[in-house]
Amino acid sequence: MSEKRYDYLILGNSTAGVAALEAIRESDKDGSMAVVSDQPNHAYCSPLITYVLAGKVPEERIDYRPRDLYERLGVDTYFGSAVAAIRPDKHEVVLQSGASLGYGKLLLAIGGTPIVPPIPGTELEGVFTFTRHEDMCRVREYIQRKQVRQAVVVGGGMIGVKVAEAFAYLGIETTVIELLDRVLAQALDETGSSMARRAMEEAGIHIITSTGATSIGGSGGEVQSVTLDSGSRIPAQIVVMAVGVRPNTAPAEAAGIGVNRGVLVDDHMRTSDADIYAAGDVAEAFDPLLGDKRPIAIWPGAYMQGEVAGRNMAGADESYAGSIPMNSIQACGLPTISVGLISPPEGAETLEYRSNDGKSYRRMFIRDGRIVGAVFVGDIERAGIITGLIRQGIDVSGFREKLIQRDLGLLSLPKQYRKHIVSGPGIEV
Amino acid sequence: MKRIYADEEVCIGCRLCEIYCIFQHSGHQTLVKAFSDEESLPDPAVRVEEDGAISFALQCRHCEDAPCVAACIAGAMTRDPQTGAINHDEDKCVGCFSCVMVCPFGAIQVNRDKGTVGSKCDLCGGEEIPACVKHCPNEALVYE
Repeated sequence: MSEKRYDYLILGNSTAGVAALEAIRESDKDGSMAVVSDQPNHAYCSPLITYVLAGKVPEERIDYRPRDLYERLGVDTYFGSAVAAIRPDKHEVVLQSGASLGYGKLLLAIGGTPIVPPIPGTELEGVFTFTRHEDMCRVREYIQRKQVRQAVVVGGGMIGVKVAEAFAYLGIETTVIELLDRVLAQALDETGSSMARRAMEEAGIHIITSTGATSIGGSGGEVQSVTLDSGSRIPAQIVVMAVGVRPNTAPAEAAGIGVNRGVLVDDHMRTSDADIYAAGDVAEAFDPLLGDKRPIAIWPGAYMQGEVAGRNMAGADESYAGSIPMNSIQACGLPTISVGLISPPEGAETLEYRSNDGKSYRRMFIRDGRIVGAVFVGDIERAGIITGLIRQGIDVSGFREKLIQRDLGLLSLPKQYRKHIVSGPGIEV
Repeated sequence: MKRIYADEEVCIGCRLCEIYCIFQHSGHQTLVKAFSDEESLPDPAVRVEEDGAISFALQCRHCEDAPCVAACIAGAMTRDPQTGAINHDEDKCVGCFSCVMVCPFGAIQVNRDKGTVGSKCDLCGGEEIPACVKHCPNEALVYE
């Protein structure tokens, strides 16, 4: 027998979980709700922890929503409570404390777990991953206590780049090791990536690409260096492993819920169990551009999935249109945005623009009259117009030469399209 | 909710809406004073787009399903549960520009110097009629 029963139980307190809470309360004013998180914090903006580390954002400003969020929505909170088991047959969730919570509808929004590559030395003191507030606190404390002067970041993806940026900002000599041939390889094409690399190098960050870390060396249990597959050794008093994040599927799998690389969901964000939904980084999302399902760990997608899941949990019949991969990253002050494919698919036409000063770059791919990918570096203003055209699959054949222009605006588009995106309730121009 | 609508048939591209948007958000009492203090001038949240004879003024549409709210990694972009307006908290903005990435209208302005969102329409924060609408000489902007 569960100790407490909720109409809606949300596991996870980041963007997907919060979006679900907000969406459920909009449709169901009275249903009982609770949120469970293994972290002790009020909902916070996890991408901001590198900004806090750098001291650019004060810690109290990373709340995702005002402090009265749970009270305002009427939500019970179980924070610092890890999930031990999900029991779909009994409609209950058992917490590690031994307590059990019953549910009518359950949402899995438990995100991902950072991958630690199996190389020697990762157990040494001074080796960290960096996805949670507590990671940031530990890293910050370690840097101060050990007077860290040199750092190695293993992985040049989004997290690795932002961590390196924070380290450099703190005056730490920082080296990024990336296995692929470029930084931000999943977010930017070669040109965009090399522009980001230059911005990072100008900020004093060393970048080594096409190279792996083979071991981490230390003495007295503390990290002292990273050895590369080239044989060279880089001294470091701190190492951050940022090679990627994998969906946290274990609790779902143990409960017999359908899992592939992420938790499997239908277009209503429902799992193989009719009363259990999943959203955010833990779930596989449909990519309308490639037509496949896979984990697409992006913040806007997590929010929108949480919202759709929440509405459906509260009785709606709403489909999720899918997640188009997209990233907006400032690399050491250089704004970059990419949407959809970042390398040209077969049979695609490429449009390209570079400003005379070399500081701005735009590239787009058009296939069968539709934009399927775009990269913006430097001047990113109005990139969202292109995102809208991609998302809606608009045929751009009639005005393709305008797309790449720097002064692209809504007015650049044909009137019928302007009317098209501006029709619908509440968004007319 | 009440929104600002533009009529491109009658917009003459005079850009008074931009001027009065800046003035409204400048904190100054007179237009002359506001514009004599160029350093502290805010960016206009409304922009006139022009292409030959056609022009219209565009600002945040305060979408019902606002993609910028979904995309904001800093909790800076929120929807007012009472009015439905989409508000941007400059103190919380870290300049990730995820909102710029998803706004299908291109209505969010970037301030490269500050490294954050420069301006976004706030419907003049509860004014009976937003400044751009009030000062449009040709009724090309309406609030209804």
